[in-house]
Amino acid sequence: MTAPLIEAQSLRMEYRVGRGQVLRALDGVSLAVRPGEVLGLVGESGCGKSTLGRCLLRLARPTAGRVIFDGTDITALPERTLRPLRQGMQMVFQDSYASLNPRRRIGELIAEPLRVHRDGQGRRRTAGDIAARLAELLDLVGLPQAALARYPHEFSGGQRQRINIARALALSPRLVVADEPVSALDVSIQAQIVNLFMDLRDRLGLTYVFVAHDLAVVRQISTRVAVMYLGAIVELGDADTVLHSPAHPYTAALIAAVPEPVVSPDGDRAPPLRGDVPSPIAPPPGCRFHTRCPIAQDRCRTDPPVLRDPGDGRQVACHFPLESSA
Amino acid sequence: MDADAPPLLAVRDLTIALPVGGRMVTIVDSVSFTLGAREILGIVGESGSGKSMTALALMGLIDAPGARITGSARFKGRELVGLPQRAFRTLRGREIAMIFQDPMTAFTPVYTVGWQIDEQIRAHGRVTRKDARVRTIRLLGDMGVPDPARVADRYPHQLSGGLRQRAMIAMALSCNPSLLIADEPTTALDVTVQAQILDLLRRLRREYGSSVLLITHDMGVVAETCDRTMVLYSGTIAERGPTGAVFARPGHPYTAALLDSIPPLHGARPARLPSIPGSPPAPADRPAGCPFAPRCGYAHDACAVRPPLLPRGVQDIACVLPAEGRDLPARCVSA
Repeated sequence: MTAPLIEAQSLRMEYRVGRGQVLRALDGVSLAVRPGEVLGLVGESGCGKSTLGRCLLRLARPTAGRVIFDGTDITALPERTLRPLRQGMQMVFQDSYASLNPRRRIGELIAEPLRVHRDGQGRRRTAGDIAARLAELLDLVGLPQAALARYPHEFSGGQRQRINIARALALSPRLVVADEPVSALDVSIQAQIVNLFMDLRDRLGLTYVFVAHDLAVVRQISTRVAVMYLGAIVELGDADTVLHSPAHPYTAALIAAVPEPVVSPDGDRAPPLRGDVPSPIAPPPGCRFHTRCPIAQDRCRTDPPVLRDPGDGRQVACHFPLESSA
Repeated sequence: MDADAPPLLAVRDLTIALPVGGRMVTIVDSVSFTLGAREILGIVGESGSGKSMTALALMGLIDAPGARITGSARFKGRELVGLPQRAFRTLRGREIAMIFQDPMTAFTPVYTVGWQIDEQIRAHGRVTRKDARVRTIRLLGDMGVPDPARVADRYPHQLSGGLRQRAMIAMALSCNPSLLIADEPTTALDVTVQAQILDLLRRLRREYGSSVLLITHDMGVVAETCDRTMVLYSGTIAERGPTGAVFARPGHPYTAALLDSIPPLHGARPARLPSIPGSPPAPADRPAGCPFAPRCGYAHDACAVRPPLLPRGVQDIACVLPAEGRDLPARCVSA
């Protein structure tokens, strides 16, 4: 089996939020993503999926645990040593407008990383190198060359996301972490960008960590899926296995809650879960999902389950995993 | 529904134009629909389709200088277009209430949620403070708020997103409005909480007899909640009809393409998602003919003239295909 491109080992991320309280955004998260994989990170707001994405790229420094990128432990690397490695890992954000300086032309925005970083031989790129690369990048993301001379506000949300993707790809990274990259887009545009992500992976051999709350989008693009709840992974495995026959009751509820564009003949469906996600400042004892779990037993209130393989290659943190329906 | 009774709301040729850079630009173009008692009508469309503007016009909330609103919107027989603000104020809250995507904008942060709902009740009827609070607590409880007496004493920021949305719906329903306009009421919510709020909206008509105008971009939300669906594209109606029919047999290529571009949650994964090329035109750049023609796979010469909204079975469709005997195929979907 190939070595992972990016690996998280027992990551913890804690924020002090005043009055001696600690918000545990990540509570011991471990996962590994191999080259060419697309790992979908799903969960509701506050589950830690964005924090995990940022920790993987060392945009945030975890409180404890290790992040290993391509064999190098980057958890505590100083920024100077980290910078050359950053070329290999890039991020795409949800808000395509906020990510682009409104006063600069698209050409300058995409060229910036090419100016900041040296090329493979340690040389500064010439103006000619940069122009050639810009032309290549625009082709890659499906934008006309004329885009280079224009400003961010002249583009639609979908086109701006293409610009952000072009910039993220400028230095030929191996890993791209995309945090809700399509959730602000209209559905018809969303499909274009999801297709673009998939094409780019095939053409460039990219590895993605794709953070999203939309299960259908995640299923479309991911090879593996990690479902998070209150700072921890509750289920992790092959995308089809996890989303077709979920083993964790939370995964099952998330899937059941998605409103599908199909009118069901059996009438209205009851909501699968009651109540909201508890505060990550005071997570429930035992299994963190027990307060909303439809099948919680006494044991779940005191004994926190650990991730283990129920026998089909996935990992699930539940004392009473659901039987596979497949 | 009694076919002879006048509908609660009858909108005819509602047109909204705003001055943009010195000329009038039509944002919403001749939109007509009716809403019956205890009915949930979904208005679905992408950004810029005019769905929110339609709602704001019905609430008398378009205050842009120079805005021109024409057509007719009769609510319980009363004309809303051109109604003076003073008259709108007595309607809003009491007869027509609105809930928004972000409950934080509906509440002021400096008073408790309960105080604000009490005030709403007292503003529209002669009720003592004590009686108002009793009603507030009952409303919150009805909306599925656990421990409503305690929640009433909390400030908006102390509540979770789901609780805030429930509190906002409680406030909107406090005067028993006959029409509730909900503009993207679940867009900011997590999916498990969204399911609860949609369930609540469906219950409203049973328990409060309210009609709901649900505005959303999410086809799934419409499918699960609405009796009838109206699809807007670029300020015009592309298609409308009973939700079951629209989703089973979309008649307009835009509706069909929009449904196709949603990644499926079940069944086989498509290698590529069918997507709609390009993006919707800006209101000032709408083509003269069918507004969807530039992005439509079926576009042909006949589309140079804007197609009228014509009945086809139980649906109304603004497309030339049905008249040409070229109906779109039914959707094959696995539930």
